[in-house]
Amino acid sequence: MIRIAQLSCGPEYSGIQGELEKAAEMVGAELIFPEVSLEDVRNVEERFGIKVASGDLNLAMARATRIVENPDLADAVFVATCFRCAEGAIVRSEIRKYIHEKSRIPVLSYSFTERTTAETLLTRMEALVTTAKFKGLLSRERQTGLTAGIDSGSTTTKAVVMKDNQIIGTGWVPTTEVIKSAEAAYNAALESAGVKREEIEGLGTTGYGRHLVGKEFGAKLIQEEITVNSKGAVFLADAQKGEATVIDIGGMDNKAISVQDGIPGTFTMGGICAGASGRFLELTARRLGVDITELGKLALKGDHRKVPMNSYCIVFGTQSLVNSLSRGSRPEDVAMAACHSVAEQVFEQQLQEVEVKEPVIMVGGTALIEGLPRAMEQLLGLKVMVPKYAQYIGCVGASLLVSGLVED
Amino acid sequence: MVKVMVYPPTSMILADLVERTGHEALVVSKEVRKKVNTPGLDSPPLNMTPDDPKKGLKYAAVDVPSGVRGRMALLGPMIEEADAAIVIRGDDCTLGCTGCARTNELTRFLLKTKRIPLIELDYPEDEFSAKQFVHKIREFLEGLN
Repeated sequence: MIRIAQLSCGPEYSGIQGELEKAAEMVGAELIFPEVSLEDVRNVEERFGIKVASGDLNLAMARATRIVENPDLADAVFVATCFRCAEGAIVRSEIRKYIHEKSRIPVLSYSFTERTTAETLLTRMEALVTTAKFKGLLSRERQTGLTAGIDSGSTTTKAVVMKDNQIIGTGWVPTTEVIKSAEAAYNAALESAGVKREEIEGLGTTGYGRHLVGKEFGAKLIQEEITVNSKGAVFLADAQKGEATVIDIGGMDNKAISVQDGIPGTFTMGGICAGASGRFLELTARRLGVDITELGKLALKGDHRKVPMNSYCIVFGTQSLVNSLSRGSRPEDVAMAACHSVAEQVFEQQLQEVEVKEPVIMVGGTALIEGLPRAMEQLLGLKVMVPKYAQYIGCVGASLLVSGLVED
Repeated sequence: MVKVMVYPPTSMILADLVERTGHEALVVSKEVRKKVNTPGLDSPPLNMTPDDPKKGLKYAAVDVPSGVRGRMALLGPMIEEADAAIVIRGDDCTLGCTGCARTNELTRFLLKTKRIPLIELDYPEDEFSAKQFVHKIREFLEGLN
């Protein structure tokens, strides 16, 4: 049983403690509350660095110091505070940094409301447990034999076939019916690899439809996107050793993952609105009358400063888009402003929650919209790497990891 | 006998002082007890549900964190019920604590603006001031009769 230390303020009074426990149970873990003394709480400023007005936050910091001093107390840490609490947000971020700097224990940071459910937390908890439980499998750096991966995403379904550490076939289709889309992407990958399905030694699935697809196709590995994408990203970017940051702006949500030796350390997964996702860029391309594959190249010719755009909400973002075009803005400036707006939200809302360390690797289909990694580079002041096959990151990670299970 | 709300609302010491003078103390532990002992489908130990932060909307707006609103779902009705209040400044966490500073501020504010008999005292730092502290509270409580 994986022990996840809960360092939090407010979930019991928000009525969601049961949901947190349910999510942990669903992934084979239990939530624990490390014991601290009254002195630990009173001396939290000396030991942790700050003391705040809220008692529960001081208690959470005292627990963090206990865990760092006794790493055997917990296999992973879940830090949670109320959404919209400034004091909570500061402490949550400091606890995450403190544990990240002083131990190798994986940390998940989350801000909740009374509407948080076990289902919302499931992928995050699963990733936390996988990181703590399967370090051996996740440290695998080479793909061996003949394996395949299917990434059943919210917008597109991708598949790859790999042989002896090389990608030999790929397939990509828009997601409609989950199984049918997976079938089509998998067949396309098999066909381009010149391989029959029965020859595949192991299949791994990931993405929103991973359980359904995994069951249907008899997958040996069914894994959430955070660990799989981290693995795929560092493999494709040839950055398996040392630190890295993986940014995946998806069709429905975004992931920012701080990676150490190919294993996620801290990560966030979310997206307040579709305005911060690939959906907004799809909409922009449609409105500009260009194919999504051309949007990035168009954006590179533009200047985002010429078009005020804030896609914090997709409706307001669309209004900015329509207004700027009606004012006669150049399509290339609008395209770059859209890319910048999406990148800015990921930068403001998610990259502040992880340690951004080079190399910064952008993955997923949106990474191929050239304006988006460019906008991210401008915001971070760092070079952003987009590896070849960036859109197949999930299936490559799944295919690589499942080869470890086949070998075993 | 009057209903006296104590602040911090989890303080058993203050609750004991109130009850010794024949009044009824309004404290969180009693509210929690009601939650635990009232039969329902919800999980123990607090039996707080996502509906509680919604009940807390009566005391704090929707953009106030859910943890504050959930706590206010417990504390708000107690404030409404209170005929008098004892408020301790600079509360040490050993005296009692709701865990959330924003909830504490809102609770103190609502008590002070309710226009009920209220005594506000500093938390004692030594034995002499502790005796004075108890004496003043007793005097206040006896005055309520």
